[in-house]
Amino acid sequence: MNFIQGLGAGTLSILRAWGHAAIFFVGLMRVLPQAMRRFGLVITQIHAIGNRSLVIILASGLAVGFVLALQMYYALVTYGAAESLGLVVNLSLVRELGPVVTALLFAGRAGTSLTAEIGLMKAGEQLAAMELMAIDPRARVLAPRFLGGVISMPLLAILFSAIGILGAWVVAVGLIGIDAGNFWSIQQNKVDFWRDVVNGVIKSAVFGVVCTFVALYQGYETQATPEGVAYATTRTVVVSSLAVLAMDFILTALMFSTP
Amino acid sequence: MKTDTLIEIDHVTFGYDASRTILQDVNLRFARGKVTAILGGSGCGKTTLMRLIGGVHEASSGRVVFDGEVVDARNQKQLYQLRRRLGMLFQFGALFTDLSVYDNVAFPLREMTDLPEALIHDIVLMKLNAVGLRGAASLKISEVSGGMARRIALARAIALDPELIMYDEPFAGLDLISMGVAAKLIRTLNDITGATSLVVSHDVPECMAISDHVVLMAAQGRIVAQGTPAELMASTDPEVRQFVRGEPDGPVKFHYPARPMAEDYGLGAAR
Amino acid sequence: MAKKGIETAVGLFVLLGLLAFLFVALKAANLTSFGRGDSYTVTARFDNIGGLKTRAPVRSAGVVVGRITSISLDAKTYQGVVTMEIERAYQFPKDTSAKILTAGLLGDQYVGLEPGGEVDNLAPGTTIKQTQSAVVLENLIGQFLFNKAADAGGAAPDNASKKP
Repeated sequence: MNFIQGLGAGTLSILRAWGHAAIFFVGLMRVLPQAMRRFGLVITQIHAIGNRSLVIILASGLAVGFVLALQMYYALVTYGAAESLGLVVNLSLVRELGPVVTALLFAGRAGTSLTAEIGLMKAGEQLAAMELMAIDPRARVLAPRFLGGVISMPLLAILFSAIGILGAWVVAVGLIGIDAGNFWSIQQNKVDFWRDVVNGVIKSAVFGVVCTFVALYQGYETQATPEGVAYATTRTVVVSSLAVLAMDFILTALMFSTP
Repeated sequence: MKTDTLIEIDHVTFGYDASRTILQDVNLRFARGKVTAILGGSGCGKTTLMRLIGGVHEASSGRVVFDGEVVDARNQKQLYQLRRRLGMLFQFGALFTDLSVYDNVAFPLREMTDLPEALIHDIVLMKLNAVGLRGAASLKISEVSGGMARRIALARAIALDPELIMYDEPFAGLDLISMGVAAKLIRTLNDITGATSLVVSHDVPECMAISDHVVLMAAQGRIVAQGTPAELMASTDPEVRQFVRGEPDGPVKFHYPARPMAEDYGLGAAR
Repeated sequence: MAKKGIETAVGLFVLLGLLAFLFVALKAANLTSFGRGDSYTVTARFDNIGGLKTRAPVRSAGVVVGRITSISLDAKTYQGVVTMEIERAYQFPKDTSAKILTAGLLGDQYVGLEPGGEVDNLAPGTTIKQTQSAVVLENLIGQFLFNKAADAGGAAPDNASKKP
């Protein structure tokens, strides 16, 4: 009986948590227009979130491009299909690795920074002070950061893919010796702009919404203690990562189910 | 019609959750234009009372009346109007760490008014001057000391010339000089601007020195005594005497409730 | 002061992102290979479209001249109806034939147009009359086996008649 009680209570608490998060999300959406009017705040946030993540995204993209090219070459050369290396790397990056890996890195770098910032603001009573000054902290603090994250993520993801393709080009053409002309022309022939590139951008936009929201929510709901903030930052990474992977599965099934 | 009472707490009961009642049937009146101090031990509900006045929480029963209007925590518009007329000083300042000193004080002006930057500049410097920190305007928050932070927060709280200023533990953790400065500021501000000040504290000497009216609270918001500072200092009530004199034992016990010593140390029973 | 620096940095970031997007779209995808706008629509009916997919190329003499835009089944004639867009610069005679061909041995399928000899060109919205369906591997194998069996059967009666 205890087990069933525990199961029931656990399910109810999960439902409550989801409901709470959903209500919070709706509330945040309501104040977005206000934040759009104060675009200076959004720009500051794009800088804090996007520009500051550039180094890790570009470095990772380049590394992934190198490694993908090498690994895929070894697989393709056994079937005599080494010429398609560019195509394989391109599709892997643009469809999957670009959006997903960028989202995971984003959660780790920008997500934790957002959670910690909001959590510490809450712990230092800054949010309460704002409320008592009749300023909605969601509009002034959360919404600009949300917009900053949602705008930065697709840009970061496409940068990841682009630099990954360039990295693969360096390895494929420079190191391995695949024909440069073939490398690019096969991609141009087979990679469809709408189906592959645009779908990848849509994915990264969805991930941007997910990761940024989770980071802000965890920070806002954190307990105002040092342990609380630390716990919230780890939760951000875990929940963001799981959500991104789940959404990736759903989106891939929706977008790429028909060949 | 302006009455003498700015705030009325009318049979207010409140708890954060069902198990803990912080305030139980509290009745209080705060006079307009005066400095009222709310004294009491930690956890007696002083800060909660301030939050109720500011409309942050809603009382479970009873009503909070501000200048004749009942404070409704769910009415966003009314709350907005109410909060424009009050300024609150938080215990550790609650300054915005990502802004400079100047920007912190300018924050309410920029957010709540359409004043041009030139005018805001003058107002900010005037407010900082009132707290003696006009020269610190360009510093970052990370560069100021605790006492300075409190003063900057005060400058920010009075930026819009509020009618009611609430101070949450303004003297906590300050050295004697800073305490003296803070006390002087609270009193002078009140007299010069004609505002009403509410000081929540457990620092007896400073509060007695600057207040017109003192309220002593105990657990669950029970009002032990209220009156002028002189009246409370001369009181014969044991609870009041223990608090104002800082006696370690009295109606508020020294020992946390525990089992008899014999039981805890295993004496008298076979070991 | 610092505000201007931040705005410049963000502007650069957004510019970089857009450049990356353009790079991927143009250099690494098929955005340039089909000029949208100046094209006309033509349909063709096939008994079997094989593995033809939408957005497959339409080629003539191996050069890409258009794209397949939609594939559907005619419920009355049970034929596959393929709609394609051809660049306006390429006009084909009315008796052009359309075949479904395969790129390489096991590659993707596409529609190949072989021009006829008529003077008039295909009008937009009309249907190509002559079509050749895709080669279905199973049918090919079945035909091969049938032929083999027919040869063996033809030889057997001879053997039988030789017996005394």
